[in-house]
Amino acid sequence: MNAKTLYWLIRREFWEHRGGFIWAPVITGIVFLVLNLMGIIGGEVFGSRNGFHFGPLEGQDLAAKIHSLDGHQLQEVGSALDLAMLSSSGLISVVFAFVVFFYCLGALYDDRRDRSILFWKSLPISDSATVLSKVIAAVLIAPIAVVICGVLTGIVMLLMFAIALSFHGVGVWSLLVLAHPFQVVGFLIASIPLYLLWALPTVGWLMLCSSWARAKPFLWAVVIPVALGVMISWFNLLGSAGFKSSWYWREIVARVLFSVFPGGWLRDSNFNHLGDNPESFNHFLSLSASYAVLAKPDVWIGAAAGIAMLAGAVWFRRWRDDS
Amino acid sequence: MNAVVTANGLSKRYKNTLALDNVSFQIPAGRIVGLIGPNGAGKTTALKAILGLTDFQGQLNVLGLDPRTQRDKLMEEVCFIADVAVLPRWIRVHEAIDFVANIHPRFNRAKCEAFLARTKLTSNQRVRQMSKGMIVQLHLALVMAIDAKLLVLDEPTLGLDILYRKQFYQNLLEDYFDENKTIIVTTHQVEEIEHILTDLMFIRDGRIVLNTDMEAMGERFAEVMVSADMAATARQLKPLDERQVFGKSIFLFDGVDQAQLKTLGEIRRPSVSDLFVATMKGTYA
Repeated sequence: MNAKTLYWLIRREFWEHRGGFIWAPVITGIVFLVLNLMGIIGGEVFGSRNGFHFGPLEGQDLAAKIHSLDGHQLQEVGSALDLAMLSSSGLISVVFAFVVFFYCLGALYDDRRDRSILFWKSLPISDSATVLSKVIAAVLIAPIAVVICGVLTGIVMLLMFAIALSFHGVGVWSLLVLAHPFQVVGFLIASIPLYLLWALPTVGWLMLCSSWARAKPFLWAVVIPVALGVMISWFNLLGSAGFKSSWYWREIVARVLFSVFPGGWLRDSNFNHLGDNPESFNHFLSLSASYAVLAKPDVWIGAAAGIAMLAGAVWFRRWRDDS
Repeated sequence: MNAVVTANGLSKRYKNTLALDNVSFQIPAGRIVGLIGPNGAGKTTALKAILGLTDFQGQLNVLGLDPRTQRDKLMEEVCFIADVAVLPRWIRVHEAIDFVANIHPRFNRAKCEAFLARTKLTSNQRVRQMSKGMIVQLHLALVMAIDAKLLVLDEPTLGLDILYRKQFYQNLLEDYFDENKTIIVTTHQVEEIEHILTDLMFIRDGRIVLNTDMEAMGERFAEVMVSADMAATARQLKPLDERQVFGKSIFLFDGVDQAQLKTLGEIRRPSVSDLFVATMKGTYA
């Protein structure tokens, strides 16, 4: 396996999945912007019908009000803007997570079903390189595309609001300076390695099912962990408390099926009131909270299990003989 | 004589059928071998074993490598068209060329493009927009541009019209094959490849029932057209097969002295398909 082969294998994934990896985030971003634009226009129309106005017409000048804000309030405004920027990435990454989920399920199955695996296998490519390229495409390169889309969408959204407000004579450009776009971008990019580690158990499990199932990998991937969970819950109900079903649902089922959703590692952290408190938001953006999960063994155990399942996927890729 | 493929006691069992039953054979370099057998005889299993696509019992050596453990290395020297139309449907012509050019160390891009220039394929076309014949043209262009030592073709022209089929084998002979290359091909359209084969292998129920080169086949087997009055004499020589045409009998003999046969009537070299039908008598019964 060399770097050039790996590069072309990853490019191949993007040729095949251009729709999911590139167009899905772009279209989600556009939809997000259109919804915002509709909101702005709706607000304008509603406002003018009801004689409700922003800006200089409204007794107190909003611009003057901004000048009167103290340091703490300015910080709050900045954090709100950062959060607004992040929200666009949030929506895109939910869509992206679905894309990655189904990508992983099909990655080692679709070409067995349409038999094009026989073409790929006629080339000097090792099965481990094939699987590795698919993992890298899903949890490293595709998230970068998502971050780029998310940031661009966020910036365009802020500009839209700025322009809308400037029609009312409110100079919000000075407010925009309060936002920390670079910090937001840095936060998103720095979250990618964490995402990779966090998503490994799900990616590993889905690809294992994808390489192993003779039919319907989705069904197997979902039915096996859920059926086990139902069994365990049932035993719990019967009163044998040797094994807690709640632990199983949370640490096994959620980890093998839903860890492709970004930010799952924050489930233990307390970030419920981000918008209220700029300090807590800055703490959030500083990544120390995110990276704190690396201190706990859960992430590492999950990643190791994910890698073990990927090794299984490589083995099935090599020896599954059904096309 | 250096063998490209050496199989020794090759066996493969699927759940309840024996696909290959202790098969041994050798394929020397620079040959075009036709592996011919009825459906389910074990042809594809044999090819899959050679290509390292399936596990098996016994010994198999392909170009000095074990296809089970050294497959990645083997695939630099071996190429195959496993079946018609297995190219991924989403890929475009230029993507396929770019990919193979950058993945395969022995790929000659100019040769591939020159070959494609003779077809109607355009560089931006997707496989899903092509006819079956065009897909095979693309696949063949990719494969012929690879300087491999062994090319394996499993039913490469199934379902193509006669123009594509003829062109396929013509291209293969004129632009690809030389004394350093070896081709193994399976097909049911025996008549069409008969003239390009140098060697013949019949496989039935997982066993090789005939393994000969074409010259030896002409010496060993003979077809004689015998008039009705000599037919009884001919039958005493234990023919493989007998059929009636225009009131005369055509006998197929295996290993009977040709001088002796000449006294019975006109001798011809049997066609591969006639020989095949005679050898496989009772397969599906």
